[in-house]
Amino acid sequence: MKTIENEKNHIIPYKTFLFVLAGLIVLTLTSVTLTRISLGTLTVTIALIIAAIKSTFVLRIFMHLKFENKMFSIALIGVVLLLCAVITITLLDYLNR
Amino acid sequence: MSTQKDIEEPSYLDYKGKYRGIFSWILSTDHKRIALLYLFSILAFFATGATLGLLMKFELIAPGKTIMTAQTYNAFFTLHGIIMIFAVVIPGLPAVFGNFLLPIMIGAKDVAFPRLNLLSWYFYVMGVSLVLISQFTGQGPPDTGWTFYAPYSFRTTGNMLPAVFGAFVLGFSSILTGLNFLVTIHRMRAPGMKWLKMPLFPWTLYATGWIQLLATPIIGITLLMIIAEKTLHIGFFDPALGGDPILYQHLFWTYSHPAVYIMILPAMGAISEIISTFSHKTLFGYNFMVASSLAIAFVGYFVWGHHMFTSGMSSTALYAFSLLTFLVAIPSAIKVFNWIATMHKGSIDLQTPFYWAMGFIFVFMIGGFSGLILGSLATNIHLHNTHFVLAHFHFIVFGGTGFAFFGAMHYWYPKMTGKMYDSRWANIGLFLFLTGFIVLYGTMFYLGYKGMPRRYYDYDEIFHTGNIISTMGSWVLYSGLGIIIINLFASLKSGAKAPSNPWGGKTLEWSVPSPPPVENFKEIPVVTKGPYSYK
Ligand code: HEM
Ligand SMILES: [Cu+2]
Repeated sequence: MKTIENEKNHIIPYKTFLFVLAGLIVLTLTSVTLTRISLGTLTVTIALIIAAIKSTFVLRIFMHLKFENKMFSIALIGVVLLLCAVITITLLDYLNR
Repeated sequence: MSTQKDIEEPSYLDYKGKYRGIFSWILSTDHKRIALLYLFSILAFFATGATLGLLMKFELIAPGKTIMTAQTYNAFFTLHGIIMIFAVVIPGLPAVFGNFLLPIMIGAKDVAFPRLNLLSWYFYVMGVSLVLISQFTGQGPPDTGWTFYAPYSFRTTGNMLPAVFGAFVLGFSSILTGLNFLVTIHRMRAPGMKWLKMPLFPWTLYATGWIQLLATPIIGITLLMIIAEKTLHIGFFDPALGGDPILYQHLFWTYSHPAVYIMILPAMGAISEIISTFSHKTLFGYNFMVASSLAIAFVGYFVWGHHMFTSGMSSTALYAFSLLTFLVAIPSAIKVFNWIATMHKGSIDLQTPFYWAMGFIFVFMIGGFSGLILGSLATNIHLHNTHFVLAHFHFIVFGGTGFAFFGAMHYWYPKMTGKMYDSRWANIGLFLFLTGFIVLYGTMFYLGYKGMPRRYYDYDEIFHTGNIISTMGSWVLYSGLGIIIINLFASLKSGAKAPSNPWGGKTLEWSVPSPPPVENFKEIPVVTKGPYSYK
């Protein structure tokens, strides 16, 4: 098993960080712009998808998930699936009222 | 099994650390001392909550005003609920027995983050203090019930915010404990202790840890939303501001139903230990017990809507939640069958903890079955918000978790204190407690079925007889409780010295001296056998 001591330190070049930052800003602007266009129920869906893409970037690059033990990614994916299930069940109520 | 060398080590109670007096406790990072900090704070809050309960039952002995006004009664059941749920039964087994025993049972010297452990106790005390402050400041105590339902929680003049914030802080304490246990179990098991060699109590703490970690933030954010709505007038839940009150119920129960499994899973774990030890038999169906713990934790996330059957939810959601609710009963039933099968052909030693475990199974079954009655849509319409619900959850929370707490107390008392208690008084206390319990809450099934609503200080004349019986039951219950607690305290002084393994248990905590030394083990044990290796 990998322990904390013998894990390699990953040095990510500044350029990558800047790219990601620019990407995040563009995505934020996109979701803000989209609120001005009326898309019905799709508005929320799209906003959530964009937010999910953004958090994936933050998690993988800024928070180094990309370089960590697989366990962490599996745990994270599990939690996200759980959240999706909870939201889906809540929507059983909201979409059928 | 204690050797001469073990005895020379000072126990955690005698150990002279950096600090003296009270500071050697409130600044200690020893998981065993923190467990006792929790134990005494929880007992104090339990006494407070129990006194409120006693007074409320006294009010209900006759219709109309007996000893308090409607407003006081509303404030009492609110405070009673908040204290009992958030400050007593949720932290009860994990924070006291989990803290004390989890590291020892998996062969570790402490939890993974001892300081974080102490911090969660401070959060706990701060949270309860905030709730108590809400009683004496602002314009009168909160009167919404422990559920803080919108939109009433926005209309009441009661002092909501400190209470809500207190519950929020208590949530942090719970999250930190859960996180700590998860990491401890993942990384600190003794060599040879494979996942499937772990005793059941740690397993249930593991399942609980995930619920604490993943469900508690939901209530956290919900409580923050109430605060934002109250102070900044953002419309989340209040229809007057364009919000949706049912959304509040969804969010509240998305946490609070899983929270009932935070209460019951460790209780089931403790009961499993007790039944195996006193039957001198391997736990029947160990793998199924582990799987059902995880299944309960998992399915428990998806059934919250059964608290909202009358809220005006869509009928699709009603059917889905009813179905899921029935599913969650399956793993609970598996556990009961396995406990019974464990006792079958065992050589049973009738000691106090075993009696508590039997009491647990009895009341837990009644509570569980009444849950199924509430889980079916048609009967729920009739029974929702009546005394029947009150009976259901007292049977399962006070009966289940409470019985397991006292069972665990009598089971691990010799280990924690190094003393034996007087089992004759312990049994008398238990007998009174159980009798009073059944009279007090059993009657409520009948009252609720007949239509007596909950959360009112008054009732119709036709419910009078039932209420007299129920209130008298509360007196029997409290006298039993008094005997139990006094006996345990008196035995601290007068009890005989406890051997390291008074009950013939096989799990690791019985291999260290009573009370355990500071670092638990002289040498970390190497585990070769399963947890319940009898014969
Ligand atoms: C067999 C499993 C269970 C089933 C099917 C079940 C079902 C239900 C249902 C349908 C209700 C809502 C009744 C209503 O308000 O109309 C309810 C309420 C409640 N249950 Fe259970 N339950 C089960 C186990 C548990 C457990 C294990 C606990 C706690 C350890 C628990 C604690 C509660 C509490 C506290 C309430 C009342 C909350 C309130 O309104 O203040 N239940 N249960
Ligand atoms: Cu529930």
